[in-house]
Amino acid sequence: MDQKAFHHALKIQKDHCIGCSHCMNICPTEAIRVRNGKAELFENRCIDCGECFRVCPVGAIIIEQDDFNKIFQYKYRVAILSAVLIGQFPEDVKTSQVYNSLMDLGFTDIYEAEHGVDVLKESLQEYALKNENKKPLISSFCPAVIRLIQVRFPALVDNIVLKHPPLDIAAIYYKQKLIDQGVDESDIGIFYITPCAAKIAAVKSPVSEDKSPITGVINMDFIFNKAYTSIKRGDYNSCTECKRERLSPEATVWSLTNGEADNMNGRCLAIDGVHNVMEFLEKVENEEVKDVDFLELRACDESCAGGVLTTTNRFLTVERLKKRAEYFKETEYSYENEPKSILRYSEYLEDCMVINKIKPRSMMKLDINMAEAMKKMRRVKEIMKCLPDVDCGACGAPNCQALAEDIVQEQAVINHCIFIQKIFEKKGIIDWEQSHEIMKNIWGEEKLNRKC
Amino acid sequence: MHFEFEIEAGDFSKLGFASSQLKTILKQLLGDHKVIRRVVVALYESEVNVVAHAYSGKVIIDINTEKIEIEIDDKGPGIEDIQLAMEEGYSTASEKVREMGFGAGMGLANIKNNSDEFYISSEVGVGTNLKIIAYLK
Repeated sequence: MDQKAFHHALKIQKDHCIGCSHCMNICPTEAIRVRNGKAELFENRCIDCGECFRVCPVGAIIIEQDDFNKIFQYKYRVAILSAVLIGQFPEDVKTSQVYNSLMDLGFTDIYEAEHGVDVLKESLQEYALKNENKKPLISSFCPAVIRLIQVRFPALVDNIVLKHPPLDIAAIYYKQKLIDQGVDESDIGIFYITPCAAKIAAVKSPVSEDKSPITGVINMDFIFNKAYTSIKRGDYNSCTECKRERLSPEATVWSLTNGEADNMNGRCLAIDGVHNVMEFLEKVENEEVKDVDFLELRACDESCAGGVLTTTNRFLTVERLKKRAEYFKETEYSYENEPKSILRYSEYLEDCMVINKIKPRSMMKLDINMAEAMKKMRRVKEIMKCLPDVDCGACGAPNCQALAEDIVQEQAVINHCIFIQKIFEKKGIIDWEQSHEIMKNIWGEEKLNRKC
Repeated sequence: MHFEFEIEAGDFSKLGFASSQLKTILKQLLGDHKVIRRVVVALYESEVNVVAHAYSGKVIIDINTEKIEIEIDDKGPGIEDIQLAMEEGYSTASEKVREMGFGAGMGLANIKNNSDEFYISSEVGVGTNLKIIAYLK
């Protein structure tokens, strides 16, 4: 429980929050409460999945990115793109137009994160053969899923593949490549253009490493808006082909649902959407699901195409990327006839690819002391007998069970429940003014002073 | 602490209810303790047996700071030859049950493997009683 704070990319802007509780109700880890008319976050429960960001009706939840101008602190400014960025653009926009517009934004180098797949793929198969006892292996691709497992399914942390995702591999490679060309390390800034909040959190506080190979993170919607505006304006109607390496067809769709599962041996399943993932992990934990070799689990519906920082409809992005992969499959590799440059670093990357053991950080425990936890659990059971089982959320907690747990953890009191208030009023324990005051403390003055 | 759950026989859609409840309880009490997975798997397998073979069943759980004790008591056909039933791969499950992916004949052996102490008694035509004990240290 009381572990060090984790960096979260998701921030609630109190000034904008209207205390509507949409976020509280959708949060898969019950990490949000409403107090004084504003949403509040239990930081150690948040997995940065971004579901709250999606449902906020007033844009009060933001995803904190690095200041774009930070890139200019470096002489070599490398943009690592998720292929999903290319999938954001309509089909009539050429990849070279996107690349050129990014260069004009200030980047000196552009590299697609999925190139990392070319070295990871083999390595994953080997890992699977060596770790038969840890099946089903769970992909380390989606950082929100890793965090979900840490906090909600701690028994499964050992099933997570201890390999860096393609993004990190691409970043490590590109940095090393520049260093080998004689560039000073301090001159290199590697910036990831992210489709989601979880990847930001993973860069700012890596799950098991001390430091991420990535210097900074820029939100995909920001880059897309800038690039598409200039493309639309016609700035790149006649632009030159950028020299770039092509992704392999598998790598192009790696970040989509089934991207990994289709390339692994044995019985592989791909599951997307955080609630679907949770439902399935419950079964894995009970060993209800047997003989599965590999699980590709992604927090967003349609995987990264559905990332919270994407702009284009996720199904259209999927369609475009699939077409792109198809095109790459059918056409000859038309640039230099040399092997892909990342493969020359395979051996070096093989060593860098390993990540440290991932530790559980269960947040469900009621107390560090078991006897104490049992006492609290008994109290929760007693409190639950009084609560109405309506899960209305009027207490500022997502459901009755959560309120009962908050009460035993001294984060709330029983008369936060509106039904209890009515019972207490009838019994004369509190009067209507006190009841009004309680609701004001939860939902804020404004909501309780409206003219009706 | 004491908990009781009913198991509805013949209904696979509700299969796993008791083990999921136990899992939630144990996560709240023990966080990421290794014992959780073992007892949850043992109980789940026991639930499968009740749902697939018995007419009705009940789970009784007692937890204290030293151990977790689970009793699964069912009214059902009982087991004729317990020793044989304990063998891995032995199964009397019907075709229908096997088609659903159950009945591979690993159940009882798996339950035993996941517990520190395991007791089984059964009377043909009456029912079966399992006791599973797992120690926390």
